[in-house]
Amino acid sequence: MEEILKVNGLSKKFDDLPVLDNLSLSVKKGEVVVIVGPSGCGKSTFLRCLNGLEDIDEGEVLLGEEKVNPNKKNLSRTRERIGMVFQSYDLFPHRTILQNITLAPIKVKKRKKAEVEEEAIKLLDRVGLLSKKDSYPRQLSGGQKQRVAIVRALIMHPEVLLLDEITAALDPEMVREVLDVVLSLAKEGRTMLIVTHEMAFAKAVADRVIFLENGKIVEEGSPEEFFDNPQTDRLKRFLKTFSYEK
Amino acid sequence: MGFEVLLKGNNMLRLLGGLGVALYISLISVAISIVLGIILGALMTLKNPVINAFSRVYLEIVRIMPQMVLLFIVYFGATKVLGINLSAELSSVIVFSFWGTAEMSDLVRGALSGIDTIQYESSAALGMNTVQTYFYVIIPQIIRRLIPLSINLITRMIKTTSLVMMIGIVEVLKVGQQIIEANRKSSPNAAFGVFATIFLLYFLACYPISLLSKYLEKKWEN
Repeated sequence: MEEILKVNGLSKKFDDLPVLDNLSLSVKKGEVVVIVGPSGCGKSTFLRCLNGLEDIDEGEVLLGEEKVNPNKKNLSRTRERIGMVFQSYDLFPHRTILQNITLAPIKVKKRKKAEVEEEAIKLLDRVGLLSKKDSYPRQLSGGQKQRVAIVRALIMHPEVLLLDEITAALDPEMVREVLDVVLSLAKEGRTMLIVTHEMAFAKAVADRVIFLENGKIVEEGSPEEFFDNPQTDRLKRFLKTFSYEK
Repeated sequence: MGFEVLLKGNNMLRLLGGLGVALYISLISVAISIVLGIILGALMTLKNPVINAFSRVYLEIVRIMPQMVLLFIVYFGATKVLGINLSAELSSVIVFSFWGTAEMSDLVRGALSGIDTIQYESSAALGMNTVQTYFYVIIPQIIRRLIPLSINLITRMIKTTSLVMMIGIVEVLKVGQQIIEANRKSSPNAAFGVFATIFLLYFLACYPISLLSKYLEKKWEN
């Protein structure tokens, strides 16, 4: 399979504190990589480096042949190829749901409005939110907003989709409706990098799971190996915090 | 009741003319305040220490000083000290803009810093460049926050123009006094009628503006 995203020796410090420490990773087309780890392990920072929202101290991120570099002028063109959904609701409050979705394709990709709207409506229908197309973000629940945010990223036809703890701020009942959408995207072969705390979801969606701590990959493997037969003590202890025994 | 004096000669027209002067001074000042306030407010968000020190002193002066004192300083003081002869109208526009710019810049700063970083980041993640981000995402949100607040500033300015008669501008209140003085013998009750009319005129000028701001605020609440 073709390699789509490659990270070579990525390092980053906040002031003097290392957050990412010589991290390397390669993602194939259609692969779903889930990154888990304790809070503050650098998971989110790692994702943010991948589309240039954070500066990189050392190393490089390659999207296909193109280098993602926050100092380069064509960064916004590179970002068109990488979709991202954030933890907090990031919809534009002054625009309707449909306008939220169509803004970037019309203004950035210069596509025709009618054609973009048609596609937006299809995507909204797919995530079960067609009836909300003329609502404003404030009228939607958290789970609905996140589904819209996913659609808004999808309509840019990104080659890679980054999901940064997209259910962490949601009420438990709403987590499912969002993760079901992500599962269906995985099934149709989308390349995704997902940071999450939902272990059951990670196991179901991932082709590969990575355990990150102190900015380093501690362990990685297929979901079966990773969850059922963890090798390192650190991962064993981490996974134990998610299971309860009486 | 004293209303009859307004029917004499062109008294009512003169009163309306006075209101016109008040509106004219306040609208020009508001226009200047909005432009300068947006520039200063945007500069304030840069967190430059020099700009911050300057704006803090400036805002504090405006807060502490009664507008009337400012009017006297500019109108009488400038003539004496600097030797420039400012007209009363220009002096009042300067003072009202000085005040309005301070208020406006603070509103702009608040509106700008009230916009979550995630709005910039999610725009960037969608491939928008800085200009597109500001044009389609940030500025529309700022305008929605600012318009109701700046409308509020307009009504306060209109009210405060009653002070400019102190430096000799014949605005609505001054016209009213002139009418009362001129008719002291024939209509001793003129004061009530004239001032009640002036009250009504201010109300008619400010109330629609205040309604508009309430309407916009409701329409745009996020």
